[in-house]
Amino acid sequence: MNSVSPAHDSAAHSHGVALAAERRWSVIVAVIITLLVLMMIFTGLHWGAMPPSRVETINSRTLHLSGEFVENNLGTSIGADGKVVARLIAQQYSFEPQCIVVPAEMPVTFRGTSTDAVHGFVVGTTNANVMLIPGFVATFTTTFKKTGEQLMPCHEYCGTGHEAMWARVQVIPPGEFMARANGGQRLNCVSR
Amino acid sequence: MLAHFSVAFAAFVLAIILGEWQMFVRSPLHAWVNNPEHYYRSVTMHGTAMAYVLPTLIAMGFGYAITELALKRPLIGVRWAWGGFWLVIAGTLMASTPVALGKASVLYTFYPPMIGSPFFYLGVVLVVVGSWIWVALMSINLRAWRTENPGQTVPLAMFGNVAGAYLWAWTSIGAAIEILFLILPVALGFKDTIDAGLSRVFFSWTLHAIVYFWLMPTYIAFYTIVPRAVGGRLYSDTMGRVAFVLFLVFSMPIGIHHLFADPQVGAGFKFVHAVFTAMVSVPTLLTVFTIVASLEIAARLRGGKGLVGWVKALPWDRPMMLAVTFSFIMLGLGGAGGIINMSYQLNETVHNTQWVTGHFHLIFGGAIVIMYLMIAYELWPQLTNCAPLPRRLINTQLWLWFIGMLVLSLPWHWVGLLGMPRRMAYFDYTHPDLHAQAWTVTVSTFGGLLLVISALLFVFILVRARKSTARPDPFAFSVSLDAGVKTPVALNGFGIWVGMMIALTVVNYGFPIAQLAVLKDTNVPAIPVGGR
Repeated sequence: MNSVSPAHDSAAHSHGVALAAERRWSVIVAVIITLLVLMMIFTGLHWGAMPPSRVETINSRTLHLSGEFVENNLGTSIGADGKVVARLIAQQYSFEPQCIVVPAEMPVTFRGTSTDAVHGFVVGTTNANVMLIPGFVATFTTTFKKTGEQLMPCHEYCGTGHEAMWARVQVIPPGEFMARANGGQRLNCVSR
Repeated sequence: MLAHFSVAFAAFVLAIILGEWQMFVRSPLHAWVNNPEHYYRSVTMHGTAMAYVLPTLIAMGFGYAITELALKRPLIGVRWAWGGFWLVIAGTLMASTPVALGKASVLYTFYPPMIGSPFFYLGVVLVVVGSWIWVALMSINLRAWRTENPGQTVPLAMFGNVAGAYLWAWTSIGAAIEILFLILPVALGFKDTIDAGLSRVFFSWTLHAIVYFWLMPTYIAFYTIVPRAVGGRLYSDTMGRVAFVLFLVFSMPIGIHHLFADPQVGAGFKFVHAVFTAMVSVPTLLTVFTIVASLEIAARLRGGKGLVGWVKALPWDRPMMLAVTFSFIMLGLGGAGGIINMSYQLNETVHNTQWVTGHFHLIFGGAIVIMYLMIAYELWPQLTNCAPLPRRLINTQLWLWFIGMLVLSLPWHWVGLLGMPRRMAYFDYTHPDLHAQAWTVTVSTFGGLLLVISALLFVFILVRARKSTARPDPFAFSVSLDAGVKTPVALNGFGIWVGMMIALTVVNYGFPIAQLAVLKDTNVPAIPVGGR
């Protein structure tokens, strides 16, 4: 690859040693990177572990008037296909509903959007974590392993009230959830 | 040059004090801040100063110094350089005034549909335009040198410097488009809706690659100053060039990894960006190898023996030795964290938590800025004609910075895993879940305090430097082990690398941008900030 002046034999030798060491390291680097990428592909396909969502839009100015995100459709329900869906909206500076009920050990699909600024949330110590961008519907499916209550803060700066924007998630036993949700109600745990 | 550094570090000290105030008021040591808006105002100022003003001025000042010191000829376009400098100053003042008045508390990442005072965005634009003058000057100076020295190998420092300039020119385009075409029309009142999703995609183009612009001066120092300062040789000049051009190629087409949790980009392009992000760790892994090998050469020249025993022979009393060690430790920890962030799935665990704040403080504030400080120490005798700076005081300052940064950022990583969100003006520590995390915020506050002390000590050392009557020794860059070896033509120019940089960005960003641009319904009402 490189031409070396023949006058410096020892220099050429040490240069060769240096190049060989460099090559070995380059191979190690390539192996590390390949392993990382393969791991992403494997977990992505095998566990279906993908980052949330596809590109789905919604008109943020009219979503409170009609369609999926009107107030009485928010909360957790069992869909016609038997799947559990939790619908919510974020606005400065609260979530609707402020307390979300979900069953443990069952896949729960979250569908959410924002009516104003960019928001987001993370549920306690779980991996449920998504951005809510006005104009788009964020969707992801997750399963909560343990019952109990977790905090659900807004985790994206959304204005001067951002620090006060906290909701809660109550994870209840699946049997109890099914009993309460069977009539097609939209469940939440906001105290009245 | 001196002006660039002085202003850069003045902004740095102001911003670090604001940062510590933020840490203090949100910790259990202080009651809830009366007006949370003051907190976000401070965050906006801290971020704008640290992310835009400090690194831009350092890159510019260091770039001008490299042009003169490495090419050994006076800078062409000194007047233009001053013009660029004053644009940056004017932009900084124009942006920081509305921020200080609470008219633009939108954070340095802008967050449309929130819209602040137009002067904030115009100020940022002026800073960027000022830096574009620097980009042009670097290119012109290199071309003039090539004309005078046909067929010669461009000195490595200048090669890295111009790579950084081209990288910055292209990466700043994303945010420039966002500001000029999406935000400013709304801020100036011509429109009242904005596409928040598209804005985020444009910003991500800049947001990730900007960190490699911040990183460039540090890597130039690794390759061209560290080996000389510790008494060794650079292991491989060619590898330095490879690292610099790889940054050019792989910095841009990866920014969507900041949007893994966003709904406006499909899973396919998220995956593509994740793979390319894995690639951008390659130049860093190569650099770590080359610099550690260069240190080994220094140690063996000083009589170091053994497979690992040579480490003892390193000149541990020299500030540069300490700095590069600290920088690599922080780069290693931060880099491991970065690989977690970029991986398609693990990101969900940490996205937008305190983990992220910890990650970039460790990499930027730690690994990168500690080398900015060293660059200033190295160049100060050249700039001010001062006597050698006090070694032991510098070592104390570096130790404080290193320990302070770890004490600040490691607790952030930990609570991030527990789900603590970032950018909160206060926490309700009476809640049992948060009560258990309160101690980490206190610890970080003390870490921040160490950083403030270290920053003040840094300024003290520079300001107190005694004038010397003797001329300082001429500045020298590292000598490389492969100095006699001819550099491959491709690694002596930028043509194909800049071509790949642009092509890959267009491929990886083209579809997501085009898709969002044609979507209906995605324009949402703007939210004025600061009572316009």
